[in-house]
Amino acid sequence: MNAVEALGVRVTLGGATILDGVDLTVAAGEWVAVIGPNGAGKSTMLRAVGGLLPAAGAISIFGTRTEALSRRQRARLVATVAQSPVVPAGMAVFDYVLLGRTPYIPPLGRESAADLAAAGEVLAQLDLHRFAGRQLATLSGGERQRVFLARALAQGAPLLLLDEPTTALDIGHQQEVLDLVDELRRDRGLTVLATMHDLSIAGEYADRMVLLASGRVAASGTPREVLTEELLATHYGARVRVIEGDRGPLVVPVRSSML
Amino acid sequence: MTKISARERRAGWIVAGVVSVVVAALAGLAFGPVNLPPGSVAAEVLNLVPGVHIHSGLDEREIAIVTQIRLPRVVLALLVGAMLALAGGCYQGVFRNPLADPHLLGVAAGAGLAVTAVIAFRIGTGRAGGDVTSGLPLTTPVAAFLGAVGAVLLTYLLGVSGGRDRSPATLILAGVAVSAFLAAGQTYLMQRNVDAIREVYSWLLGRLATAGWHDVLVILPYAVVTGAVLLLFRRELDVLSVGDDEASSLGLHPQRSRYILLAAASLGTAAAVSVSGLIGFVGIIVPHTVRLLAGASYRVILPLSVLFGAAFLAFTDLVARTVASPAEIPIGVVTAFFGAPFFVLVLRTTKRISA
Repeated sequence: MNAVEALGVRVTLGGATILDGVDLTVAAGEWVAVIGPNGAGKSTMLRAVGGLLPAAGAISIFGTRTEALSRRQRARLVATVAQSPVVPAGMAVFDYVLLGRTPYIPPLGRESAADLAAAGEVLAQLDLHRFAGRQLATLSGGERQRVFLARALAQGAPLLLLDEPTTALDIGHQQEVLDLVDELRRDRGLTVLATMHDLSIAGEYADRMVLLASGRVAASGTPREVLTEELLATHYGARVRVIEGDRGPLVVPVRSSML
Repeated sequence: MTKISARERRAGWIVAGVVSVVVAALAGLAFGPVNLPPGSVAAEVLNLVPGVHIHSGLDEREIAIVTQIRLPRVVLALLVGAMLALAGGCYQGVFRNPLADPHLLGVAAGAGLAVTAVIAFRIGTGRAGGDVTSGLPLTTPVAAFLGAVGAVLLTYLLGVSGGRDRSPATLILAGVAVSAFLAAGQTYLMQRNVDAIREVYSWLLGRLATAGWHDVLVILPYAVVTGAVLLLFRRELDVLSVGDDEASSLGLHPQRSRYILLAAASLGTAAAVSVSGLIGFVGIIVPHTVRLLAGASYRVILPLSVLFGAAFLAFTDLVARTVASPAEIPIGVVTAFFGAPFFVLVLRTTKRISA
């Protein structure tokens, strides 16, 4: 069964068409990266799959149409980490991660021992237990990103949507976070759909890539099929050289020789 | 380990809150123009419980002072303080804005205009009608309540008229617009009826009535509803604090939760305003003090705001009616006069948190 099956997804915001008939399939257990230039509709596509904005077309999550799912049911299937999540003032890391258990807590109820245990387990797995009592706002960018991830994992959802998971991180922390995501994906059998900015890094981690441009799918396939000098020149307007790396193509920006 | 200590700390603060409520209430009952021994006063309060008979040593007149004059007023102060602090904490959470206070969505302006109109036009009173102790028309509480609720409804309608894609900020701006509009009306009325200014002013600064249990009974149902809704929904406030998208992806309906919380908080505020006028500051400083001392989770802030808000207002009311006795200082003046320095003290002595 496919984790995500989206057909003809169309989103208009304030009169502007952001997504114009996007098809997207993510097999269970796969890591798919959505790439594309600024304004191509990457984040919007992720938000549409996560049910955070109204979209025309058909979106199914693990075989169920999203409109047939209640919010709580959806929250048990899909966990989202936004591009720059709000950091609530004064909230401790443990309490923040515990919020991930919300879909399992009856309305107006409180956390069960199982919820506390689940949050504690995720903290331990992500090597965050020593931060449990710290305020989230006092952590560094890389640590915070791990906490955001921990909150999403505490949700226990098999599909993880990551919007630019490494935007604010230096190169070492980018790799650390993505290695962690990949490890969790294998351990827990998660499916990952992520928008990614850095093309080489995206190619290193993703099984497949979808290149969006102007709200449409311009190309999709393995990193080797999508990360070509020609496609990137056409859709990013970028001068790049694509070099063969150990695991996939590496994209290197080059300065125009004309200047 | 951190979890257990946090829980213990929270229990400790709850105990501290209950103790301060008891102390403030006892002080409010014992002190006044006639000072009575707090122990005897406590005994008399217990005597109100059916089946309890303790000899307190107070005479008939003193018992009447405690149970018939001071007790209703102390209970009213506890209720109003609890509701204002609870509503304030709720508003701050809903709007993710530390400066939000219970009057934000037009409650103050709506009640102000309605009360001014009632006083200026002597609505609902005969020529000599009115509350003997305050000189205000008897229709004042009803007018204040209707004005407050009406203003919040107007704010809501204005806020949602912008279409589906509305943010909490839209609602705040709508509140500002409605408040300015109604305040203009109030100013105009006051200019046209200069003789009403003194009474309007005395209402604006807040006061607690001394006229028996009537006011308590009037606001009790609202206090119960507001308290129940806000305390039941307090976990949702924590979820809302991580952002609308996150709350939504966690299975919540952020917009709906917000409106339920705001409706309950506004109703409670309107009820409080109707019997006490505009008592400022409680709704801001009590929740903030609690936040600084006991932590940022609304599951801690809201119950503690109820306790410390109640104790704070009972205490300030005691000050308001004893410091310049036999005259009374408006309670709104006292809340600010004591509240502001105390808040500064709390800010200075706790470790800084980012707002």
